Amino acid sequence: MSTAEKTEKAEKTEKTERLSVFKTYKLYVGGKFPRSESGRVYEVSDSKGNWLANAPQSSRKDARDAVVAARKAFGGWAGATAYNRGQVLYRVAEMLEGRREQFVREVADAEGLSRPKAAAVVDAAVDRWVWYAGWTDKIAQVIGGANPVAGPYFNLSSPEPTGVVAVLAPQQSSFLGLVSVVAPVIATGNTAVVIASEKAPLPALSLGEVLATSDVPGGVVNVLSGRTAEIAAPLAAHQDVNAIDLAGADEALARELEIAAADNLKRVLRPQGVDYFETPGIDRMTAFLETKTVWHPTGSLGASGSSY
Amino acid sequence: MPTTAPTAHALSDVTASDSTLSRFLHGLPGVDAVGLEARAASLGTRSIKTTAKAYAIDLAISMVDLTTLEGADTPGKVRALGAKAVHPDPTDRTTPTTAAVCVYPDMVAVAKEAVAGSGVKVASVATAFPAGRAALDVKLADVRDAVAAGADEIDMVIDRGAFLAGKYLKVYDEIVAVKEACGTSARLKVIFETGELSTYDNIRRASWVGMLAGADFIKTSTGKVAVNATPANTLLMLEAVRDFRAQTGTQVGVKPAGGIRTTKDAIKFLVLVNETAGEDWLDNHWFRFGASSLLNDLLMQRQKLATGRYSGPDYVTVD
Amino acid sequence: MAFEYAPAPESRAILDIAPSYGLFIDGEFTEAADGKVFKTVSPSSEEVLSEVARAGAEDVDRAVRAARKAFVKWSALPGSERAKYLFRIARIVQERSRELAVLETLDNGKPIKETRDADLPLVAAHFFYYAGWADKLDHAGFGANPKPLGVAGQVIPWNFPLLMLAWKIAPALATGNTVVLKPAETTPLSALFFADICRQAGLPKGVVNILPGYGDAGAALVAHPDVNKVAFTGSTAVGKEIARTVAGTSKKLTLELGGKGANIVFDDAPIDQAVEGIVTGIFFNQGQVCCAGSRLLVQESIQDELLDSLKRRLSTLRLGDPLDKNTDIGAINSAEQLARITALAERGEAEGAERWSPACELPSSGYWFAPTLFTNVTQAHTIARDEIFGPVLSVLTFRTPDEAVAKANNTQYGLSAGIWTEKGSRILAVAGKLRAGVVWSNTFNKFDPASPFGGYKESGFGREGGRHGLEAYLAPSSPEGER
Repeated sequence: MSTAEKTEKAEKTEKTERLSVFKTYKLYVGGKFPRSESGRVYEVSDSKGNWLANAPQSSRKDARDAVVAARKAFGGWAGATAYNRGQVLYRVAEMLEGRREQFVREVADAEGLSRPKAAAVVDAAVDRWVWYAGWTDKIAQVIGGANPVAGPYFNLSSPEPTGVVAVLAPQQSSFLGLVSVVAPVIATGNTAVVIASEKAPLPALSLGEVLATSDVPGGVVNVLSGRTAEIAAPLAAHQDVNAIDLAGADEALARELEIAAADNLKRVLRPQGVDYFETPGIDRMTAFLETKTVWHPTGSLGASGSSY
Repeated sequence: MPTTAPTAHALSDVTASDSTLSRFLHGLPGVDAVGLEARAASLGTRSIKTTAKAYAIDLAISMVDLTTLEGADTPGKVRALGAKAVHPDPTDRTTPTTAAVCVYPDMVAVAKEAVAGSGVKVASVATAFPAGRAALDVKLADVRDAVAAGADEIDMVIDRGAFLAGKYLKVYDEIVAVKEACGTSARLKVIFETGELSTYDNIRRASWVGMLAGADFIKTSTGKVAVNATPANTLLMLEAVRDFRAQTGTQVGVKPAGGIRTTKDAIKFLVLVNETAGEDWLDNHWFRFGASSLLNDLLMQRQKLATGRYSGPDYVTVD
Repeated sequence: MAFEYAPAPESRAILDIAPSYGLFIDGEFTEAADGKVFKTVSPSSEEVLSEVARAGAEDVDRAVRAARKAFVKWSALPGSERAKYLFRIARIVQERSRELAVLETLDNGKPIKETRDADLPLVAAHFFYYAGWADKLDHAGFGANPKPLGVAGQVIPWNFPLLMLAWKIAPALATGNTVVLKPAETTPLSALFFADICRQAGLPKGVVNILPGYGDAGAALVAHPDVNKVAFTGSTAVGKEIARTVAGTSKKLTLELGGKGANIVFDDAPIDQAVEGIVTGIFFNQGQVCCAGSRLLVQESIQDELLDSLKRRLSTLRLGDPLDKNTDIGAINSAEQLARITALAERGEAEGAERWSPACELPSSGYWFAPTLFTNVTQAHTIARDEIFGPVLSVLTFRTPDEAVAKANNTQYGLSAGIWTEKGSRILAVAGKLRAGVVWSNTFNKFDPASPFGGYKESGFGREGGRHGLEAYLAPSSPEGER
């Protein structure tokens, strides 16, 4: 909610003697909305420094819990049909569209944007969900396929999700950037532990509420707010995390996390300059896809045509 | 009806009815064609040289069922064949005799006389060879005829029609009947005509039907169809006799027939025997080649090994 | 009298190994800057084959500079011209394949049967395959006009020396990169012969540089600031070290590392072919294969039957002179590797697994290890978890498909797996659940240039082979900028 609106509401309250109800922002982990186990919160302000809300300041234990939730959700989500995942992602777009006003407000506050600019961001984010919703059942056809091996074998390569992906959401683009890095991860069947923009975590935390009502199974996306470096370190070192998107890391942090990620050979997507308004390519999906190649003998129909 | 996996002592129950036999045969491990052929091809790359080659050539000669199965067969032709079986290389008396001559039933007496005293056996195809399309009585009469004429071995054909129609017990019963007709004097080779059974799974099942019914040998082919013995189908049958002995203690021989023309081919088959069934089968009591032109190639190669020169067709006999 | 196969050695006369070799930099053979050399021996006899220059950091720098210089023209060359160079290389490899097979067998210790029938045909095929891509990259699905990365630093292992070279060099050159490649210290010779093939093919100087050497040269290459792409095949431990080295740089990295492949045999398997697949899976190249099927997971109900068959089959394996055309099991590549295999096998015994080997006489000189299998192995045993990289099979059992999958996936690796069953739906269900980059069903250890190869989890990342293999050597296609 913008400061102006809050003031307005406060005035109204004075007139009507009704106090507005503030929202307690919570983490989104395993389909539930817990507070940080550490009990810590930190102040989130708008671009002018006005207090917006207290956000949970996640600890390494929150990160651990989120990984457990993401791992638990992985089998079901990866095993869901691509069509089903597309339906779910499209449902996210629908739910988001319905809460457009709320997100325009939150993005305007978070990123100091004018209302029309914030609206453009939210619209683009909704459209991004739609874009990825359509990809779920196409990416395998684009990057997989039959391989013509020189022998009597059927040979097929198909992409499969890497697993649990830690995502450092972009620090600046707190919503469109966030959607742009989370959607490709889950469109392809991975599950995500997302660290929201440190300064502007509220749109991400609110997105959790949208996901919870969009048929996205609990644990598929887990949203943590807090100090990026503090939460990212245990995730980068976590042996049950398979990949990490460093979009929200600065150069020094990215290097440090990449080194930690080497311990179990996580797939690492390094930070890169991205204009999130542009239509993405498929690289963000392929970054978190494995290729599995299955062989099987074909052979002749019978013994009659055999060798020699 | 509950079924239990067959075990060695329970194998007699297998043939109790059409359905038990069918279930047993369909419960045998499947055969992956590509894997089987790859294994056969891989064994085909064994390099058999010098002393090993000499051993293999003599062994192969001793395993040949020297065959003539033509409508135009005459006593003269059969006598010549018998002479060749007894003295494959007239210029070298150290050459082993072949295992047998193989003829139609009406030629058994002639053949018997031609090889008399040599140890070379006389084998006769019977049971309305090669199609096998005759009534059982006729087939049995064919067998009895050959045995009465002195055949040491009977090469019967199975009823492929019955087999492909799934009437395994009919196939089995017929083999049992023929075996009985062979009496104690003649060993029975059962020809599956693998080219007509078509699939490797069928060849494995046919092998077991044959062995369960008392075959002394299982044999690939008549030599009268497009695809006869191949390394792959012979390898598969070698696995079958190996497994059968492991389960029952009974050893059964194998005879690939048709299409084996060169020493190189024959040695490949011996390698298959050596590395699949094992050396117990490296004896003409347990392994045979059904062939005619193979013998001359073996002889030329034998001469080459002895003299160091390549031989030519004019230095072996054309019988 | 038994059928004893007389010796059938492949002739060495086809091959002429020089007493010494230099580094191959900028189209010339040259000594190492510090003049260091090392000896390469034949592991089957410990005979010294040649003395080879040993690259150091200074040589790495020289080679990278040569490759950088060559990159300008090479990357600007029309794809169709690059293609023709690669086709030339493929053809020359075919022409010289017997010579190279004998060389590889001598330097590596693997049977001539394998170098002749597997390594060399695959090497030629790989160059032939990627040659064809060089002028078709626009259609490869990486955007229009995809760009090479620059200089590729490549470090390869000793288990398939020339094949791993092909897997690295062919896609790198097809996409317009130039190469500095370090072969393993125990098997430098085929890469040096390959340098001669580059000369015969007229490949522009500096496009391919070969630096025989040890780990220090590899580390220097990987860390060199002017290298744009690092490709490594080898151990997981070294792979992790490389990943740390390139962290925070813009170097693109692909890793093909270790494995502990599960070969799962169900009760309805085509049993004779499964036995062959198990043997191929663990004894091909003496088990010194990252994708080896080193864990046999057999359904408990057929364990006895399968093990009987397997043991009988192992008794027919012929161990000995790798140049003998009938040899199935050759020498272990080095004394170090032999020591490692020996130690792990002893560990297996110490931890209570039951050890079995067929009667098998080992030659008196060289590095040898008899084909070995361990039964009564559980997931907790070291030999069920650690990559042994030798002819040692650990046999475990399972009761249900679920349990088979759970055990197969219970490893930090994820390179390969095998499934043996005649039931099609089970193959697809199990293949779908296995976390491994290559799943062989009713077959094992099959390779093809068109088939992508690479691992999940700690077996590395990136794929080699096929269209997928191009990605490692191309700049990202998306409008998201450079990686």
